[in-house]
Amino acid sequence: MSYEANLRVWRGDAAGGGLQDFTVTVNEGEVVLDILHRLQATQTPDLAVRWNCKAGKCGSCSAEINGRPRLLCLTRMGTFTEDEVITVTPLRAFPVMRDLVTDVSFNYEKAAQIPAFSPRPREADGSHRMQQIDVERPQEFRKCIECFLCQDVCHVVRDHEDNKKSFAGPRFLMRIAELDMHPLDQLDRKDVAQEEHGLGMCNITKCCSEVCPEGIKITDNALIPMKERVVDRKYVPSTWLGRTIGRRKG
Amino acid sequence: MTDLERHDYDVVVIGAGGAGLRAAIEAHEQGARTAVVCKSLLGKAHTVMAEGGIAAAMGNVYKEDGWKVHFRDTMRGGKMLNHWRMAQLHAQEAPDRVRELEDWGALFDRTPDGLISQRDFGGHRFARLAHVGDRTGLELIRTLQQQTVALGIDVYMECTVTKLLTAADGSISGAFGYFRESGRFLALQAPSVVLATGGIGKSYKVTSNSWEYTGDGHSLALAAGATLVNMEFVQFHPTGMVWPPSVRGILVTESVRGDGGVLKNSSGNRFMFDYIPDYFRKETAETEEEADRWYTDKTNNRRPPELLPRDEVARAINSEVKAGRGSPHGGVFLDIASRRDADYIRKRLPSMYHQFKELAEVDITAEAMEVGPTCHYVMGGVEVDPETAAAAVPGLYAAGEVAGGMHGSNRLGGNSLSDLLVFGRRAGTAAAAHAATTSAAALPEAALQEAEAAALAPFQRGGGENPYTIHAELQETMNELVGIIRTESEVSQALKQIEELKVRAKALTVQGERRYNPGWHLALDLPNMLRVSEAIARAALERQESRGGHTRDDFPGPSDEWAKINVICTQDGDGIALSRKPLPVMPPELAEIFEESA
Repeated sequence: MSYEANLRVWRGDAAGGGLQDFTVTVNEGEVVLDILHRLQATQTPDLAVRWNCKAGKCGSCSAEINGRPRLLCLTRMGTFTEDEVITVTPLRAFPVMRDLVTDVSFNYEKAAQIPAFSPRPREADGSHRMQQIDVERPQEFRKCIECFLCQDVCHVVRDHEDNKKSFAGPRFLMRIAELDMHPLDQLDRKDVAQEEHGLGMCNITKCCSEVCPEGIKITDNALIPMKERVVDRKYVPSTWLGRTIGRRKG
Repeated sequence: MTDLERHDYDVVVIGAGGAGLRAAIEAHEQGARTAVVCKSLLGKAHTVMAEGGIAAAMGNVYKEDGWKVHFRDTMRGGKMLNHWRMAQLHAQEAPDRVRELEDWGALFDRTPDGLISQRDFGGHRFARLAHVGDRTGLELIRTLQQQTVALGIDVYMECTVTKLLTAADGSISGAFGYFRESGRFLALQAPSVVLATGGIGKSYKVTSNSWEYTGDGHSLALAAGATLVNMEFVQFHPTGMVWPPSVRGILVTESVRGDGGVLKNSSGNRFMFDYIPDYFRKETAETEEEADRWYTDKTNNRRPPELLPRDEVARAINSEVKAGRGSPHGGVFLDIASRRDADYIRKRLPSMYHQFKELAEVDITAEAMEVGPTCHYVMGGVEVDPETAAAAVPGLYAAGEVAGGMHGSNRLGGNSLSDLLVFGRRAGTAAAAHAATTSAAALPEAALQEAEAAALAPFQRGGGENPYTIHAELQETMNELVGIIRTESEVSQALKQIEELKVRAKALTVQGERRYNPGWHLALDLPNMLRVSEAIARAALERQESRGGHTRDDFPGPSDEWAKINVICTQDGDGIALSRKPLPVMPPELAEIFEESA
């Protein structure tokens, strides 16, 4: 059942690099990450690949396969024909460190800028009571494995480096929506989403949802509802009036 | 040493899984200047792969539950070899550790009253595991990660520690490591170091563990002069994937059985009824009818044998396969499809559904899974003081999987996540307290230079093997000769092979440069894997009985004499020395718990 696959892998660093061709053995049921590991063990011991669990749970092995953002551990070789050339390149939206490993610190910086969870106090008996139906909406977003494929594919980031300053990307706008929907959280997060993290720059092309390995409906369930809440807040006349008067008093 | 980056802290935590982050949060809250060093990016540690839940006797589902019941289950699951005080503290403190996760943003599944829901798991008398579907580890790590970030704790990501530094009096003075990205070196001066490096699974070929699990903490502790306890006890989780080969070993959560799944052999028999040991007979169902009633009525029925502790189930599967009653790819069948409807399965086990669909093209709502044992967890670890998680070296602490004693000879499912939280917090408290009264000795320059030279040596040697070959051979050796079933001749053979591999590892060569070079990283992890493998094999040869995660074909059954003995490992030159130590004796008021229920 084994065959020899044609692999084209980007190798290099911040200074430059290029695609290199390899022929590697493939066995039944293997994924692209298996093939890269075989390449390390037999041909290129120093090939840089970031990975951890190899089970689609940690979100470390993000790269682009034939130009599409994917997890290397969840992309089965069986999805390609045996004579197809498979091209593996690093995530395009982030600076290359070496070979397939990119510097994803942008994401950690954005995470740190989001105001932290701020819960209401516990009830008298020391517990927090929440209904299953109320936790399920934010739970969908907490399935996120932080692979950053959504950040990579989002054209606001991918095609416009300058936007990184004012746009947190789908992963972190979804994080704000998650906190906004959290039954215990007390902060009003609409202004932060809109003014500081660029929610308005998202023009709902849903590319992020398409690449999400967890199948989270980022656009439909997080970003659009968050946009709607921001709009309600901004333009509903009574809210606007209330805020304006409130501001004058203060 | 011009490219050495230096920092000064009160507490340095090595590892950013559940135990490490919980320790760091606590140390920070106690006022200590705290740093976390981790081999991967923040949020990727192995804790993320835990599926089932966090065991804590909160009594949200069964009011009858309480710490004494949890304590009893834990000790019996560990075949009474647990350090009784660790098991007691764990059972008493786990509920508070779960509740505080909610204050930090965790969203557990709920009971109809809106409290944290709890699910069934092997070896636990009552439904006890707080959970989020079957991705509880992800929820735990993300919650702790977000709290760590909110508190502004320094995190050194993709940074590997290769040496603990000690002062002239033997106490801890800091840690030395390298940044994976740049290959540059780092020295952290600190009077307290918390080891939270997890386990050792990468020494085995078939494992549920990620690449990080190379026994670093066990090995660092030995090198610094600390002791390891009961390293022979390695848990083989009964249900790992077996097909296709590239996913062999990936975990299939015990929740599949907790939620109604059963194990069947090639003839379709629920074989676990044939493997109920006398020790658990009184609490295990005798018929399929009773077992099936238990899911809805636990008061009047006994638990299904599929939910016996993991060591029992793993051995049973091993026996069925050896007897020729296995599945086509050398496992057995785990069937939930014929017992629960598709919606229930997708709702309760979403990541299992996803995992089998993506990796094996199997729809678990329509067909049975093929499963077999996989190296999952090491019960043995750094010998620590139960109250403070302190190791034998002043200033050194260990929490989570790297620490030993808590789980005895076999860990119950769900007791790991709670262990991380309970003892992570205790280690953080004690490490901060130690740092408050002790200042770190200046880092010994000679030791720093030595550590740097050792790290760079694989580049300077020419003509050696590559580290991948040696690693693959070690995994084969441990899997074949020090696996689920052991005998004197095979373990002795393994020790001989490990000696040869040690010699070859000293001569290996790394190609390329220092920046993000996985071959170099493996070359530096390899000595740790070899040291820990030797400790496991030597301890396995020493303990002449079968108990929990250590089964000797030549000494079947437990022995009364060995029931009172801990096997202790220390480093002796380039090898491992063993000694025996009496097991701490439980006070009478706790011993009564076992008499009452016997």
